[in-house]
Amino acid sequence: MIRFLARRLIFCIVLTVLAASASLLLTRLAPGDLTVNLGPFATARDVAAARARFALDRPVALQWGDWLAHAVRFDFGESFLYNRPVAPLVIRAAGNTALLALAALILATALGLGLGIITGSRRGGVLAGAIRAGSMAAVSLPPLLMSLALLFIAARTGWLSLSGLTLPAIALALPIAASFERLQAAALQDQIGEPFVVAAAARGVAPRDVILRHAWPASLRSLTAIYGLAIGTLLSGSFVVEFVTAWPGLGRLMYDALRARDIYLVAGCAAVGAGLLSIGMLIGDLLLVFVDPRVRES
Amino acid sequence: MTNGGPAKAGHYVAGGHYGRYVGVAIILAMVIAAAAAPILAPNDPDQRFADLLYAPPTRVHVWDDGLRLPFIYRQQLVSRIERSFADDTHRRITFPGDPKHGAPVLLLGADSYGRDIFSRLLYGARVSLALALISALGAVILGAFIGGVAGYAGGRVDALLSRSTEFLLVLPMMYVVLVLRAVLPVVLGATAVFVLLTAIFVLLGWPIVARGTRALVAVEREREYVAAARAVGMSPARVLVRHLLPSTASYLGAQFSLLVPAFLLAEATLSYVGFGFPSDTATWGTMLEDAANILLVGDAPWLLAPAGAIFLAVLAINLVVQGSGRPPVQLAG
Repeated sequence: MIRFLARRLIFCIVLTVLAASASLLLTRLAPGDLTVNLGPFATARDVAAARARFALDRPVALQWGDWLAHAVRFDFGESFLYNRPVAPLVIRAAGNTALLALAALILATALGLGLGIITGSRRGGVLAGAIRAGSMAAVSLPPLLMSLALLFIAARTGWLSLSGLTLPAIALALPIAASFERLQAAALQDQIGEPFVVAAAARGVAPRDVILRHAWPASLRSLTAIYGLAIGTLLSGSFVVEFVTAWPGLGRLMYDALRARDIYLVAGCAAVGAGLLSIGMLIGDLLLVFVDPRVRES
Repeated sequence: MTNGGPAKAGHYVAGGHYGRYVGVAIILAMVIAAAAAPILAPNDPDQRFADLLYAPPTRVHVWDDGLRLPFIYRQQLVSRIERSFADDTHRRITFPGDPKHGAPVLLLGADSYGRDIFSRLLYGARVSLALALISALGAVILGAFIGGVAGYAGGRVDALLSRSTEFLLVLPMMYVVLVLRAVLPVVLGATAVFVLLTAIFVLLGWPIVARGTRALVAVEREREYVAAARAVGMSPARVLVRHLLPSTASYLGAQFSLLVPAFLLAEATLSYVGFGFPSDTATWGTMLEDAANILLVGDAPWLLAPAGAIFLAVLAINLVVQGSGRPPVQLAG
């Protein structure tokens, strides 16, 4: 188990370094650099000064090596756009994104698993049918559409506040909750057919306990495996939601940085973004170890 | 699923099995509407009606002192600031409208330039659907080929493929697409963007397909009929194409149906944030740009029509996928 976690940790470090380096190199090699932001009236001297300040006049490999050497000490260089060190900017934005993602994940888990147990344990009925139809609609409303729809409802009725965490968190959570509901229902149905569940029912265990104490815990294993992947979806979705609802997270910051070719801000965003992803994946791994004893022993 | 064995409960689907037919019908209608856009569109998608910015949908009447052929009244601007309009009920204009004289039929209202949203939706469907379908097809073909080779050959090719897909699977797709698109010139023509986005989507889509294909082919190649095919002297390439890849067909179909909505949304998102098609090209994504001003959308909900079109397309695909027994779980988006 220790070896498994150590391997995952190394994977995460490699991922972070690769993601940050790739975005630094791509931004450097892209046509145009951050001096386009100086406007058409900038003198050649201004342009040259800006290039020198951001080491754009040095060979790519040297710039990258230098950046990496500083980045391991959490010095991500300076942002052109904000004229400030990158590190505090990206850490604050990453905090906002993490908050949004966490709120959405908790909401999606509570909703998705709860409803999934209902639909997974019933064959028919009005309630299960309504939940299935609702989740079908929500799974077809990915974060882009969901946030537009919620904003529209908010503007029309005033039920939701246009600012704050609630609206973006719901927009991000609902499509994922729908996915969780489908997965939970399928996983539970798979377990209900298993001999140990049939045996429990045959022993005279109450139907509610057969589901909640026998079938449900066993169904969690296949769900936890999805959590690791859900982190990526969550981050992808949060970019869209942040953009639409103006939540000041990493997605919005990286977008602005990319637009302005603000090279160190791009790399910094990629680094903390990959860091967030890594933490999420490691938590997912730990969860898997926690839920599935077989992983613990291997 | 019918082969789940007698002990397993079946998976119940929303809307029963009719959902599948509804989904197929919606997809077919959309594809036909896109193909027939020049015939179906009441107006030129690029024509701007200067006095009809944000105009509401035109009401189509059939009753005026008796049943008549469908007709409309001309919408007249009352106040530019309040964006209010009134029908000029003095004259009936028969259905196709009179766009030349500022009296078009706007079935879904007009956008911020006074262009017909319905016509733009039809023309936009051509770009958005074609991009998603071509990219998904490209990703599936490339993934099937590379995955098939890796699964059949095994060894180093296989190891390299597995390692690289591991990375791609965990990355948040949207960020990767964004970075790849952003480092290319921002201002490009519509055709260039189409080719570019197809390339990016295929590049990001194939590894996931390849991974699954590899696993399926690696199992399948141990079966007796493959050994038999080899024994009669079939070349490895022929065994792969004639026997191994066809056995993965249903998996590839499922992947295709997951990739299409993912790419449809990726285009919409990119265009929405200004990294996709040029704003004057009608696509479902560029049309959503108008929906960015949310206070305006509160008064003009028809600006959300492209979002409705995307929803309908994704829903239709999900209905088909679910009707065929697989849960429509999308965790690649």
